[in-house]
This record gives sequence, structure tokens and C-alpha cells, in this order.
Amino acid sequence: MPGQRNGSPPIHIEDLTVAYREEPVLWDVDLDVPEGTLMAIVGPNGAGKSTLIKTILGLIQPAAGQVRIYDRSYTEQRSLVAYVPQRGSVDWDFPTNALDVVMMGRYGHLGWLKRPGPTERKLALDALTKVGMQEYAGRQISQLSGGQQQRVFLARALVQDAQIYLMDEPFQGVDATTEKAIITVLRELRAAGRTVVVVHHDLETVPEYFDHVLLLNVRAIATGPVAEIFTPANLRRTYGGHMDMLLARDGELTPGGGSNGRHS
Amino acid sequence: MTPQAEIQLIASIVAVACALPGVFLILRRVALMSDAISHSILLGIAVGFLFTGSTSHPLLVALATASGILTVSLVEGLINTRRVKEDAAIGLVFPVLFSIGVILISRYAGDVHLDVDAVLLGELAFAPFNRMAFFGLNLPQGVWVMGGILLLNLLLIGLFYKELKLATFDAGLAAALGFSPVLLHYGLMTVVSVTAVGAFDHVGSILVVALMIAPPASAYLLTNSLPRMLGLSALYGVAAAIGGYWLARTLDANIAGAMATMTGVFFLLTLLFAPEQGLIARALQRQRRRQRFAVEMLLVHLSRHENEPEAGTENSLAHLVEELKWQPDFAQSTVRSAQEEVFVERQNGLLLLTEEGRQVASRVLQR
Repeated sequence: MPGQRNGSPPIHIEDLTVAYREEPVLWDVDLDVPEGTLMAIVGPNGAGKSTLIKTILGLIQPAAGQVRIYDRSYTEQRSLVAYVPQRGSVDWDFPTNALDVVMMGRYGHLGWLKRPGPTERKLALDALTKVGMQEYAGRQISQLSGGQQQRVFLARALVQDAQIYLMDEPFQGVDATTEKAIITVLRELRAAGRTVVVVHHDLETVPEYFDHVLLLNVRAIATGPVAEIFTPANLRRTYGGHMDMLLARDGELTPGGGSNGRHS
Repeated sequence: MTPQAEIQLIASIVAVACALPGVFLILRRVALMSDAISHSILLGIAVGFLFTGSTSHPLLVALATASGILTVSLVEGLINTRRVKEDAAIGLVFPVLFSIGVILISRYAGDVHLDVDAVLLGELAFAPFNRMAFFGLNLPQGVWVMGGILLLNLLLIGLFYKELKLATFDAGLAAALGFSPVLLHYGLMTVVSVTAVGAFDHVGSILVVALMIAPPASAYLLTNSLPRMLGLSALYGVAAAIGGYWLARTLDANIAGAMATMTGVFFLLTLLFAPEQGLIARALQRQRRRQRFAVEMLLVHLSRHENEPEAGTENSLAHLVEELKWQPDFAQSTVRSAQEEVFVERQNGLLLLTEEGRQVASRVLQR
């Protein structure tokens, strides 16, 4: 079923509570992601960042509350949403090559039973080219570096040609080339009016890369434009005592401004 | 067809029918599920026999398949309690179901075909006696039954190849795209159960496990492509079936036992001799890397001392042995291979870098 867009926000989350065995992982989260934004989800380990992404995708059933994609259920809007899981969530020894993995992004459009053909192959090659991986199309995936594997995942999301992109730690443990390639693609997506939500770990790059942010620690601590929300006070509320340690290590965070400091 | 040829034909069909779903079991890391299913189907067969008094009633197949699925859901139920890990859960479930089957048979089925030996090893030698004619072809029943199951497996894996591949590689994305991984998992497990039920009657549960695991595991060492892995697994299965038949003939031993042995033999040979992933190939690669690194170390050492006044002593072979802490033999062979590649020359007992050797050394240092 083709998804539909209308005036409603791409992602609308209301009173969302998720629990593993009565232990809340997300507690009463409200969130509206505005159209055409690049949003970071930031928070300490165990804050429920991945859980939030998976709940939006219907992979985890919430205990309460609801997720709406352009004011409809996810199931109705599947074709509008692309997903980049954590790189470590799959077995890279699987017997296949980069191009084949990218083509998997088209499976949703193909539906059951229909086989991928030359069209899918062409789209997959174009996407690999976009992330600078065209030379590796035929490469067995276990022979790719971590950063290259991440770019293959990004290319797979690109061929989904979605309105909304949900990415779980795409910058985790990647080289500088890959980081640059990913952020370039994310900015292109935003320029094309797509909405991108990224689970992100590196606080220092948040002001440089993203325009919106959700500070999450089981509850939604604060959400909105980076310039207003990404303040030391809010971060301290999100990270608790750990924040002072982070600040001491990374130096003062510049709230809202374009931080030029980069991790090596 | 001679009975000998018929036995090999049945065994080959069983082998291919088992190898195809086996590939997905290996890739999904649930290989031991084949062990569990192929044993616990005995419960369904025993119960079916009690109801119908026959060993070939269709109800037996249905009940046996159902007990295979029951095994899978019990194992998953146990894992979901998070008090037991997957391997332990498998080990807990199937012996219970299997032994209930054994008790039922020994208590109520007395001396029919269902004895415990036949359960574990089957009796392939008798397969040609039980015949059925279809389309004017009079063949052993096993050819028809297993041929049908093989066609079913080919059809299902062919139709749902894309979905199975996606759900196996990335269950999260499969679910997000609307291809229910749970549905596909149970579908695959049903295929495994039906195959095990059909094969069990001819070759017993041990050979079912051997044919589902060893051929795909061997093929996995030879290829990086899923379609090729499926094809090679089928070939391995057929080779083990035919090789095992002749081994049994030679040794006058149980046929299924000999076939299971051959799956192991073929796996071992592959493990040793596979061109890239085999143990021997890996050892050679390591050896070559060590040699390569030693030559590079030599070149770097020579280049660093080249323009020093004491280069004369630093670059003698004896000094290298001391400085780089190499065994004299190893130093000799390293120098020899550096000479063969024209990276160094020997003049008056001294080692001098060639232009090419100097370039290699500076490249190494820039790495």
C-alpha cells in the first residue's frame, strides 16, 4: 500500500511508554519531528534511544501510547520510512556482496514473491556511487571495513527512496571519510525535503551536523532546535552526574553555535 | 533400475532435500534445531501410530510435522523466559519429546517397524521393497515421497528466496519492510520438519542431522555467494550419499551410518583443503605474511643505517642476526628472498639496498 503524506508531522509520538518486563525503558515520551529536519537523538547508554527507533518501526510493541507517521499507523506508511540498523546487528559473514545488500532496500517496494531485476540493480549501483562505494559493488561484505559496511547500509536506505530516514548510530566507529560521506548524504536528504532522525553519540558534533535534537533519558528531557535546546543545563539534566565528567574531558560545549571542535 | 541404484537415488534425493533448508539453518545459526526436530518428530509418529495403527497413514506425517513445530515453539518459549540460553533450551526440549515417543513405541507398538534402531539409523537397504507405481513408473515409495518433498522445498525456497535471505541477514529490516521474520522462521521450520519426517523413515534421525548440517557447512567454506552455497550443498549431499553407499558395501555396514560418516569426511577434507578458508591455505597465508614482514623489516633496518659511518658493521649479516633477534636460518632465508626480489645486493659480506629496495623501505615506513 503506498504511503500518504499530508499536513501532519512526519513522526508524531504521544505518551509513548515501552517496558521490558515491567521495567520502563521509555516513559511517557512525546515527540513531534518537523518535516525536512535533521534530528539527533542524544542520551546516555540505556536511555532508550534504539528502543525509540525500533518502536517507531513497529519492531517493539509499546506498553502505552502511540506512534503516527503522517497521522497514520506505521503499517500503512511503511513505504515512506527507511531504516538503518546498527552495523553490529547483522552477521557480516553472510555469503553475499555489497550490491546485493543494497538491493535489499528495494524489497519493500517489490513486495512478496517479486524478484529484484535490472531496475533494482541500477538503483543500487547509483546509491553505492552516492556513498563513494561503486568500486566495491561486487565485494564480499565481510571484506569491507567497518566504515564501508556502514556506507553500504546507508546506500541500502537510500534505495528505499523514503520520506523519513531512521538511523541507529550510523557514525559509530567509522573513519573520517565515511563520516564525511554520511553527513553529506544526510544534508542532501534534508535539502530534498526528507526528514532524518539519527541516534547519535558524539555530543561535540551535534551543533555542526543537526538542526533539531531530542535529549532522551528514558523520558524526553527536552526537544527542539539545537540552538535553543542543546544547552549545558539541559545536557546536565539528561546525563546527570556524568555530564560534568564529559564537560571536563571535551571542554566547554558551545550551545547552539557551530562548534568546530572535532573528535579524532 | 537395480535395487542398488534405487537406494542411491533415494539417498541422493534425501540429501538434496535436507541440504537446501540446511543452508538457512546454518546461516541463521540454528543448526542444532535440525537435531531437535529430527528426534522429536518421533513423538508425533508414535501418537499417530496409536491412533491409526498404521505406519504410513498421512495423519502420521501431519502429527510428526506438528511435533517438529511444537519443538521449535517450546524452545523459543524457554528462551523467552530469559532463564535459559538457546543451546540449553534445545537440549532440554527434544530429549523429553523424543523419549516420550520411545516410551509410547516400546509400550504399545511392540514389534512393528517402529523399533529404536530404525529410528536412529533407518533402514535404507529395505527401501526398494516398498514400491508404488505412478504414471506407469514402478519405483520405490521413497523415491515418490522424497521426490515430492524435494520439489516442495525447491518451490518454497525458490518462491521465498528473497524474503528468506533478507530475514536471515537482517531480521530487523525484514520486519520493518513488512516481511514478518517470525512467519518466515516458522515457515522454514515447517519445511525442516516435513523434510525430517519424510527422510526419517528412510535414513533415520542421525543422517537427517548430518545431511542438514555438514553439506551446507562444507559449502560455506568454499563460496561467498548464497546461490552457489545452495548448489554446492546439494552436490556435497549427493556425494556423501553415493560415497556412503559404496563405503557401506565395502565394509558391509549400515548404509545410513556410512553416509553420515561420509558427510563428516567431506567436511574435514574441505576444512583442510578449501582454497581460501581452508586450514592449510590459512597457514600458508600466515607463513607468507611472516616472510613478507621479515623482508620489510630487513629493508627498513638497512635503509636506516645506510648513510651512517658504521654502516659497514651494522649491515653485515652477523650483526643483523644479533640486532633483529633472528635465528641464523631465518635470517639466511629472509636475506635470500630479499635478494631474489632484487631488494638487496651482497658486496664483500655486506648487504646493500638496491634502488627498488630503498623505495619499498620508504613505502613501508609511510604506512
